[in-house]
Amino acid sequence: MSEVEANSGRITQILNRLSKRSGKPLSTLKLNAKILRSLNLIRYREGAGAELSELGRFILELLKEEQWREDWRAGLPSSRVPPRELAAKIKALRRRVLKMLEDAGSGHLASSLSSLTIIATLYLAKMRHDPRNPEWRLRDRFLLGKGHAAPALYAVLAECGYFPEEELSRLRCVGGLLQGHPEASIPGVDSASGSLGQCLSVANGMALAAKMRGEPYRVYVLLGDGELEEGQIWEAAMSGARHRLDNLTVIVDRNGHQLTGPTELVKPLEPLAEKWRAFGWEVLEVDGESPEEILRALTVGEEVKGRPTVILALTRRIEPSTKGERRGAA
Amino acid sequence: MREDFGRALVSLGEEFEELVVLDPDVSTSTRTCYFAERFPKRFLNVGVSEQDMIGMAAGLAASGMLPIATGFAVFVAGRGWEQIRNTVARQRLNVKIAVTHSGLSDHGDGSSHQSVEDIAIMRSIPNMAVVVPADGASASAALRSSILYEGPVYLRLGREETPRIYEEGLELDLGAAEVLRDGSDATIIANGIMVSMALEAAALLAHEGLDVRVVDMHTVKPLDLDCVEKAARETGAIVTAEEHSVIGGLGGAVSEAISELRPTAMARIGIRDRFGESSRTYGELLEKLGLTSRAIAEAARSTVRRRI
Repeated sequence: MSEVEANSGRITQILNRLSKRSGKPLSTLKLNAKILRSLNLIRYREGAGAELSELGRFILELLKEEQWREDWRAGLPSSRVPPRELAAKIKALRRRVLKMLEDAGSGHLASSLSSLTIIATLYLAKMRHDPRNPEWRLRDRFLLGKGHAAPALYAVLAECGYFPEEELSRLRCVGGLLQGHPEASIPGVDSASGSLGQCLSVANGMALAAKMRGEPYRVYVLLGDGELEEGQIWEAAMSGARHRLDNLTVIVDRNGHQLTGPTELVKPLEPLAEKWRAFGWEVLEVDGESPEEILRALTVGEEVKGRPTVILALTRRIEPSTKGERRGAA
Repeated sequence: MREDFGRALVSLGEEFEELVVLDPDVSTSTRTCYFAERFPKRFLNVGVSEQDMIGMAAGLAASGMLPIATGFAVFVAGRGWEQIRNTVARQRLNVKIAVTHSGLSDHGDGSSHQSVEDIAIMRSIPNMAVVVPADGASASAALRSSILYEGPVYLRLGREETPRIYEEGLELDLGAAEVLRDGSDATIIANGIMVSMALEAAALLAHEGLDVRVVDMHTVKPLDLDCVEKAARETGAIVTAEEHSVIGGLGGAVSEAISELRPTAMARIGIRDRFGESSRTYGELLEKLGLTSRAIAEAARSTVRRRI
């Protein structure tokens, strides 16, 4: 049927082509074509051309949808990095992020590095996504709430093949692809961000849409710990629990610092696990520098029913060494 | 006007199965309760959280749904502004923001609930369209056009019933102004509830021998520049009339266009850089703040005298 859709024309020509390509006898294909016609899925126009009927087009859409779902179950990408190789990959990515910030001359180094293991683990070993088809409808989504960690996201997206690695050296260049904070125009970026506190609401919307449409994808959001001081986060935390979004996982990069100092001095977040629990979330705590622990928690989160999951990932803050980061480089 | 909006949502819900309505717990006031009753699964009461609502609408739009975020103009545009700017407009998501209780229409509740600056702040956001219908029928039509329009739209509706101008079932073209009355001595460019007052003013002026054109500029952005330029060229005097601050709304938009295209004598009827206040009736407040057909007519007379 898809062959008819792609090349409407004389039915015998189409069948000949199919026969050559598939090695199936012409008589079998003719019989199939007859069946399609008697089911009213295709029709022959005057002058012996063939085309899909409205019903045929509808059935074809259903078949394509089924194919998509099968792809999803198969779990793209097929080239997942085995957990034991992740650490080496992440080490290489860390070097790339350092180089990016050096090239760009500004940006948030410590914050990018503390998020790197989490983002890399998600994209390289967990999420179902397809760099050849960034808009794949059933892909798992990732939103970077703490948009200032964009360099880490970009390095990982380039590693996946969403855009050429050379782009990384053009971070923050005028007219360049890679903006200081994530833009939707960048292949692989599922939501623009940069203004703290907004992504959890967006993720809720995406997770709700999946439920409404019966789509199987999961939504992942990475939030900064300083970001949790934004009030909208807690509006969204209530919404996530209210709508029982068990297809949503939040990861908090708990590096303990915000721009000007430790979170517990600026605006204390603790007891953080209790806060999320009180808001109706499943709470897990992991070492955010360990891909294995992160992966385990992500899998536990997938099994939780009736409420969303938050993973508090304890990460390491690397002391700033560039002047820009010390000053607050925004 | 909110009644027409509420009813129109229901019929559009039948037509567009991806349509979802988000409500910050004011559905009985905005009349989205009719939609909630008919399509409970596609109605989301997000609680008293305008910012969260806009973000959620963005996520729904990014995932194939057609969200309409609703509420009171002052709270959705004001509280949700940064979410609309950074999350909706920046990535040009197909979110429709349809608000009621705009301008002074929530007269009893006072200045906290009245929105005199929402058009200005929405209009300044790149990618946003801003639409201000004149009556119930055009509100329904504008809602439908907004849904068919690809990209974010701010649809600004009032709380109160307004005099009927259009027939039911009209089609409204976003970005194409409606010339309701032709004339050659001056043009009144109005929108929202001020359109019916503009027509009254034109009738008053006709008695005095002034032949005045009346334009319903329902779309403030993108502004119908051809219509504005033509009004300047053909009539040489322009009065704008809106239920909004004279800063940054329709008056602002037309002034900006005119000063570049064809400098012309102009006057702006609107709220003169102040907040509203409580009043028992809508009419009293409009009268106090100078939003009347008499004020429009007087502005037209003086503008004609000042014609360049």
